[in-house]
Amino acid sequence: MFLALGRLCTRGSRAKFLKTIYASEILGLSTSAKMSLKLKNAKRIEGLDKNVWIEFTKLAADPSVVNLGQGLPDISPPNYVKEELSKVAAIDSLNQYTRGFGHPSLVKALSCLYEKFYQNRIDPDKEILVTVGAYGSLFNAIQGLIDEGDEVIVIVPFYDCYEPMVRMAGATPVFIPLRSKPVDGKKWSSSDWTLDPQELASKFNSKTKAIILNTPHNPLGKVFTSSELQVIADLCIKYDALCISDEVYEWLVYTGNKHLKIATFPGMWERTVTIGSAGKTFSVTGWKLGWSIGPKHLIKHLQTVQQNSVYTCATPLQEALAQAFWIDIKRMDDPECYFNSLPKELEVKRDRMVRLLESVGLTPIVPDGGYFIIADVSLLDADLSDMKDSSEPYDYKFVKWMTKNKKLSAIPVSAFCNAETKSQFEKFVRFCFIKKDSTLDAAEAIIKAWKRQAS
Amino acid sequence: MLNQYTKAFGYPPLTKILASFFGKFLGQEIDPLKNVLVTVGAYGALFTAFQALVDEGDEVIIIEPFFDCYEPMTLMAGGRPVFVSLKPCPTQDGELDSSSNWQLDPTELASKFTSRTKALILNTPNNPLGKVFSRAELELVASLCQQHDVVCITDEVYQWLVYDGYQHISIASLPGMWERTLTIGSAGKTFSVTGWKVGWVLGPDSLLKHLRTVHQNSVYHCPTQGQAAVAQSLEREQMLFGQPSSYFAQLPQAIQHNRDHMIRSLQSVGLRPVIPQGSYFLITDISDFKSKMPDLPGAADEPYDRRFVKWMIKNKGLVAIPVSVFYSVPHQKLFDHYIRFCFMKDESTLQAMDQKLQMWKDELRP
Repeated sequence: MFLALGRLCTRGSRAKFLKTIYASEILGLSTSAKMSLKLKNAKRIEGLDKNVWIEFTKLAADPSVVNLGQGLPDISPPNYVKEELSKVAAIDSLNQYTRGFGHPSLVKALSCLYEKFYQNRIDPDKEILVTVGAYGSLFNAIQGLIDEGDEVIVIVPFYDCYEPMVRMAGATPVFIPLRSKPVDGKKWSSSDWTLDPQELASKFNSKTKAIILNTPHNPLGKVFTSSELQVIADLCIKYDALCISDEVYEWLVYTGNKHLKIATFPGMWERTVTIGSAGKTFSVTGWKLGWSIGPKHLIKHLQTVQQNSVYTCATPLQEALAQAFWIDIKRMDDPECYFNSLPKELEVKRDRMVRLLESVGLTPIVPDGGYFIIADVSLLDADLSDMKDSSEPYDYKFVKWMTKNKKLSAIPVSAFCNAETKSQFEKFVRFCFIKKDSTLDAAEAIIKAWKRQAS
Repeated sequence: MLNQYTKAFGYPPLTKILASFFGKFLGQEIDPLKNVLVTVGAYGALFTAFQALVDEGDEVIIIEPFFDCYEPMTLMAGGRPVFVSLKPCPTQDGELDSSSNWQLDPTELASKFTSRTKALILNTPNNPLGKVFSRAELELVASLCQQHDVVCITDEVYQWLVYDGYQHISIASLPGMWERTLTIGSAGKTFSVTGWKVGWVLGPDSLLKHLRTVHQNSVYHCPTQGQAAVAQSLEREQMLFGQPSSYFAQLPQAIQHNRDHMIRSLQSVGLRPVIPQGSYFLITDISDFKSKMPDLPGAADEPYDRRFVKWMIKNKGLVAIPVSVFYSVPHQKLFDHYIRFCFMKDESTLQAMDQKLQMWKDELRP
């Protein structure tokens, strides 16, 4: 029947002829209505198309704007890291596929490094997975372990991808905000922001599959303490829930603070996936290499997602990263080790940012870790009258006003909140300080001019 | 700053050159921001496409033999794979089979389309067969896709590896197809750098916007440097296109020699290769071995080709892939008499293969 029709019609009109016979008449729909139904998106991504970064990086793309918004370093990565990559490019075999779950020399280096922090040996093949950035690890963990109908606890503010990733897996995010104690007579610190243990306990139930923990925390810079982690661990054990621990800023911890791994707490290794990032460790965000570490019965599911999504990560980058790790693993107690020198360098920048923000009437929250600082901008009472018709939260309007009028960009903290909690955080704006001195000098100049205008 | 994040949907010089280079082949004005997405290899492009468009219960038509990931990716998206096999037409005695001889039955293909069919996945040049779909064959697929309002996902990673004067044709360039086709390509296969994992999808904004949503919720960015290097390489190739010094001319020439060498060598031990029109794989008929040595060690239900490959690795020191892995489970028993070899190897590897085959041939002498 089909072939006969084919011979009767000219080539060009054949498809149209068949469409007319089989489509609209049988189904009674106009072809254009049918068209729009069929070529639409899968349900899993419904409502997940918005992304705060796309909007704000466009705003800050103007070269005259001092960009303290998106979290990417403008400082140079260490020379030896860049050198390792250029050496690798010349080796033929390192330009071809490597092992899907992680390049052998890299998983070996990661195992060697992290065994220093965990009580157990880490099997490089079964307990480590190398992913496309920590972002990729989050995706693999959520896709591999979270099911339709599960609940996942997310601490607010949260790195913005946690919510859409949980929803894409068909699960329900359950939010709990960090709340600040009043601070009298001392600087407001990220450690003043805590979870209420009773409130947290009320969020766990039999449907809770996991909690996503981020320490050091983006955007607040909070470094969770031992007792805070214990509260979370106790609940995970009680409800047999998993912990997905995003520890990308693990090396960026400032004086008086210590990064602790929840996976090392009793009863937690078997239920925790711990995520790390080369981009944040070596200031090479463009390398997009991350890793998940955990027990084999969990990691194997992340590996299944890997083999059905990207299959393998780039070989040259993994080899260069492995070599860079070996250099620093050999000198972990040395101040020259990047894991020691970077936080020292950033602490100075942090303190400078705190002074700068205070000098113009912004109230910063001093971060104990990470490379972001948030500040309360409400006391500035900026004239946002030309944005008054917008239904956006205050901080979105403030950032757009500041970018346009002061040529300084930042990110509104309500971008890290779900719809219901946006109002709790809309007075806050996030600045990134992993920037070279000339960038911070330019920010300082803007802030000084701003202060003169205001007085 | 090449060590830091670039634009999420693709490093700008790369999306620009992809748009201009492929715009010509697809006969389309391609916008680097709306019609191009850079992904983690073509594998990542496939994953992103399936997750973006395939829903629970949707049917996806997969042409067998298929690159093995298409089936699990369909299943992971909750879809139902519907298989249709390329079948070889009978050859003359003594004549070698060719991938062009393996065809779809038009009536059978048409019968696979239902109101639940969301997508059809096409792979040309095909892995493992090496088939390069002709214009007429593509028109058949195209008319069915249009008639049933189906998305065509076309995996064209081997597009530059085409031999014997055959032409690679992109189905997106056929009338009425651009608006419903996602064309996937690979830097790894284009430039022989599989470890770089840089791939891309080209298509209409109405479809790509959904892939962008998946991309921004899965990997978000691809590594910057690999993209920068691929951009420069494509810019160079755009200038040299059609000239003898173009890599896209030199590579298929060099690899065709390898193909022909391998075909001659394999025949010497009674293997019957199927001449591929493209890709860097060929399949070889092992039916003679199946009739002479039917009982090779293996599990009860294990298809013959897998048992044969294990025997060959152990006893002859040669590695190949059993072709039944590229078939759906119900059809594996029908296609259990082929194994796949890769000829994208350097001279020393081909010589080592010759040595192994010589030893094998000597053992066959009575």
